[in-house]
Amino acid sequence: MQSIGFPVPDLAPAAPEIFLLTAACVILMVDLFLKDESRWVSYSLTLATLAGCAYLIGSGSGATVYTFSDMFVRDPMADVLKVFVCIAVAGILIYGRGYVGARGMYRGELFVLALFAALGMMVMISASHLLLLYLGLELLSLSLYSMVALQRDSRPAVEAAMKYFVLGALASGLLLYGMSMIYGATGTMQLGQIASAIAAADNPKVWVLGLGVAFIVAGVGFKLGVVPFHMWVPDVYHGAPTAITIFIGSAPKMAAFALLMRLLVSALEAMVSDWQQMLVLLSVLSLAIGNLTAIVQTNIKRMLAYSTISHMGFVLIGVLAGDLNGYGSAMFYVVAYVLMSLAAFGMVLLLSREGFEADMLDDFKGLNQRSPWYAFVMLLTMFSMAGLPPTIGFYAKLSVLQAVFAAGYAWLAVVAVVLSLIGAFYYLRIVKLMYFDAPQDMTPILPQPDMRLLLSANGLSILVLGILPQPLMALCIASIQYSL
Amino acid sequence: MNALPLLSTVIWLPIVAGIVILFTGSDRNAGLARLLALVGSIAGFLVALPLWTGFDATAHGFQFVERAPWIETFNVFYHLGIDGISLLLILLNCLTTVLVVIAGWKVIDTRVAQYMAAFLILSGLMNGVFCALDGLLFYVFFEATLIPMFIVIGVWGGPNRVYAAIKFFLYTLLGSLLALVALIYLYLAAGNSFAFQDWYALPIPFYAQVLVFFALFFAFSVKVPMVPVHTWLPDAHVEAPTGGSVVLAAIMLKLGGYGFLRLSLPIVPDASRELALFIIVLSLIAVVYIGLVALVQADMKKLIAYSSISHMGFVTLGIFLFNAVAAEGAVIQMISHGFVSGALFLCVGVLYDRVHSRQIADYGGVVNRMPVFASFFMLFAMANAGLPGTSGFVGEFLVIMGAAKVSFWYAALAGTTLILGAAYTLWMYKRVVFGAVANAHVAALVDLSAREVLFMTVLALCVLAMGIYPAPFTEVLHVSVNDLLAQAAKSKLP
Repeated sequence: MQSIGFPVPDLAPAAPEIFLLTAACVILMVDLFLKDESRWVSYSLTLATLAGCAYLIGSGSGATVYTFSDMFVRDPMADVLKVFVCIAVAGILIYGRGYVGARGMYRGELFVLALFAALGMMVMISASHLLLLYLGLELLSLSLYSMVALQRDSRPAVEAAMKYFVLGALASGLLLYGMSMIYGATGTMQLGQIASAIAAADNPKVWVLGLGVAFIVAGVGFKLGVVPFHMWVPDVYHGAPTAITIFIGSAPKMAAFALLMRLLVSALEAMVSDWQQMLVLLSVLSLAIGNLTAIVQTNIKRMLAYSTISHMGFVLIGVLAGDLNGYGSAMFYVVAYVLMSLAAFGMVLLLSREGFEADMLDDFKGLNQRSPWYAFVMLLTMFSMAGLPPTIGFYAKLSVLQAVFAAGYAWLAVVAVVLSLIGAFYYLRIVKLMYFDAPQDMTPILPQPDMRLLLSANGLSILVLGILPQPLMALCIASIQYSL
Repeated sequence: MNALPLLSTVIWLPIVAGIVILFTGSDRNAGLARLLALVGSIAGFLVALPLWTGFDATAHGFQFVERAPWIETFNVFYHLGIDGISLLLILLNCLTTVLVVIAGWKVIDTRVAQYMAAFLILSGLMNGVFCALDGLLFYVFFEATLIPMFIVIGVWGGPNRVYAAIKFFLYTLLGSLLALVALIYLYLAAGNSFAFQDWYALPIPFYAQVLVFFALFFAFSVKVPMVPVHTWLPDAHVEAPTGGSVVLAAIMLKLGGYGFLRLSLPIVPDASRELALFIIVLSLIAVVYIGLVALVQADMKKLIAYSSISHMGFVTLGIFLFNAVAAEGAVIQMISHGFVSGALFLCVGVLYDRVHSRQIADYGGVVNRMPVFASFFMLFAMANAGLPGTSGFVGEFLVIMGAAKVSFWYAALAGTTLILGAAYTLWMYKRVVFGAVANAHVAALVDLSAREVLFMTVLALCVLAMGIYPAPFTEVLHVSVNDLLAQAAKSKLP
């Protein structure tokens, strides 16, 4: 190989990604030869791929390794987030199976796109170079755009895909613009080198860097969906098929969090006073507008969209604390959020059936009479989102609040608390509809056994992790400590 | 005895029983659910009894202590322990749960399992509040009680139950969220510790004490409730089913008073002393003004709800007078109010189950049809009015005596309750019970069933025992209250 003059990179740290990519291509080919009634083969292969990928990640050494000329990093934070991405994507596919089956979307494309989206997220999480970050982000985004448009004869879905694509492209543009300024000011695109270039320069080109940071924050803000870059969130959540909404509303938030960590912390930590101020503004606006607007929604997907906006505001609060304590609690918040979001959208999927979306708040009326157990699962999810003990959502909020309090932003903690009280109202309304009102239709709820099992486990995990939050909390905080 | 962690049993036994009851499912198994609830609640009461017998009233500090790491990341411990104050409240709670299960035996016929489970879980959670010695553990139990109560009011309540349930929930949540911020401040100030013991020893500058005091004040004053944040209580009481009203009045309101004693006084003593006048004025407004408001109520439950606020004014008054007599009086008043208001709500429940009206005007001459009921009701009405020989007298008398030590005017204003309380309670009693039989509904009334006589008798015995011979109750309090006041008298300014 010497003769080519090209050093062969160490492939081992990227083994999970390589496996995922290979498997996705294989499934794409296999699916071509399958008849509709044997579609379960590609479905099972997809789940097996995700399981194998999670296994490969989990069996790593847990050390921080750079490869591909320091463009790619595998550290504990990446490992933890990637395992959760695999679990979340697998969960999404299981939740969505009945829904997509009833709507003619139970096809190989969906599985392959889901795997590519997962691959994009994993690349984003592990990137330590601006270009690779961007590549991962685009791989994820393009897969998501196409997944939204998969139901091609549904007008809302196509409209949502269009909106998502246009605004997503704008966000990518902003991000790229910011990256180019960072590159211009520091002369490098490797995150660690950017950090040392800023630290070493005796006269850093502050205004170029500052502008770059502003564009990067705006771009990431779009991807996270925080105010004032949130306009696409409710429309896309609403228009997309629910099985895709659950995808957009869960796993990619973990990747966006990693993006935030890599860009703002690994590369631009020296600029903390710049981005901290921006994040304060974004988080307060997200909490206020997310929570207030959610109150007036009648469609549960829109309501959950606005609730997502406010949750992302909380994540930003953790990040802007600007220390390991804050990053760790923000990561814990994201993971907790994904768990809750999966359960909430899972419930919407559970109630939907052929020709019935179950996406209005009123569709939850009297659920306690139809199925006490699933009403209880939703009750736990809603109280967890509202941040009430003993659920995981409470500890997520607690850890973020203590981090920002310790960082000297006591007023922000008070504002966040007051705004989450407003948020409690619309979560309570769901509980009210389920428990206090009479049901409108008594169609029996008959999910497939795998979905029944997973949704129950998901709901219980919210409670169990609320009673014993230590393992997950310690995992998130330790992985951040060993990575940054 | 060390083999069995008593406090954990007292907390978790009812919760586990509640979860088991949930599994009995639909109303086809209602009988089983009721039976399990009765067994669970009685077992819960029985395991609380060794606390009473094993409690050393002369020892300082907390007893039956359990401590295990819970959330290492935040240095949170599963740390339990009780003193005399918590002991009495735990016993009251366990007893009330048994009575509520019996009271709901026949009346509740839809979603029985969920109803019974909610009360048992609630009982366990409230025991947790009274046992917790760790700030976060306290907060978790304190907040978690909202969920079952919200469900109870909203599902089995009256016509306006949704409004009442949401108002109850949001009001209390607002208060406790601000308290959460205060707890986070204390956690960071104490060097990452949630332990009450560390907080008690922590010096805090005055301005911070004032902020923490108000944050805690919001949480506990809403729960008590104090004027002007009391408006949720009449709504919640009127709409809640009888059992819900009983637990709300008998135990849940005590969480506020207990919070003042366990957190506000010892953790921010300087602010508490400086701001005592503020609390005393609010308490006296509650005693006098809310007493007058109670006088004009046409709805029996609303009248008792306002009477609760007025009586709880005595509790906060006693706590913030900073002398041992008044503080003991406040705790006794909490226990007594638990028996008396619980009993009065059960009495109204008995009438409501038969006539389906809570309006005073719909009754009259009940004594002609229900003599046994009328005598029980008489006893509880008298206790509510603070007649000597009933439990209501002891607490009020001690608080008024404590108030007289501080200022004549406090005592004089507090003393008006003896007139107002008698006026609104007995006037209601007269209109409902005496006179000629008012209408056909009253004429059709049937006297108490054996089940109803059972819980009335238990409560009547408690009320009388506490009124005639209060020594066993005050004895367990002496050391705890004196230690608490000694702690509150020390300045914690750095």
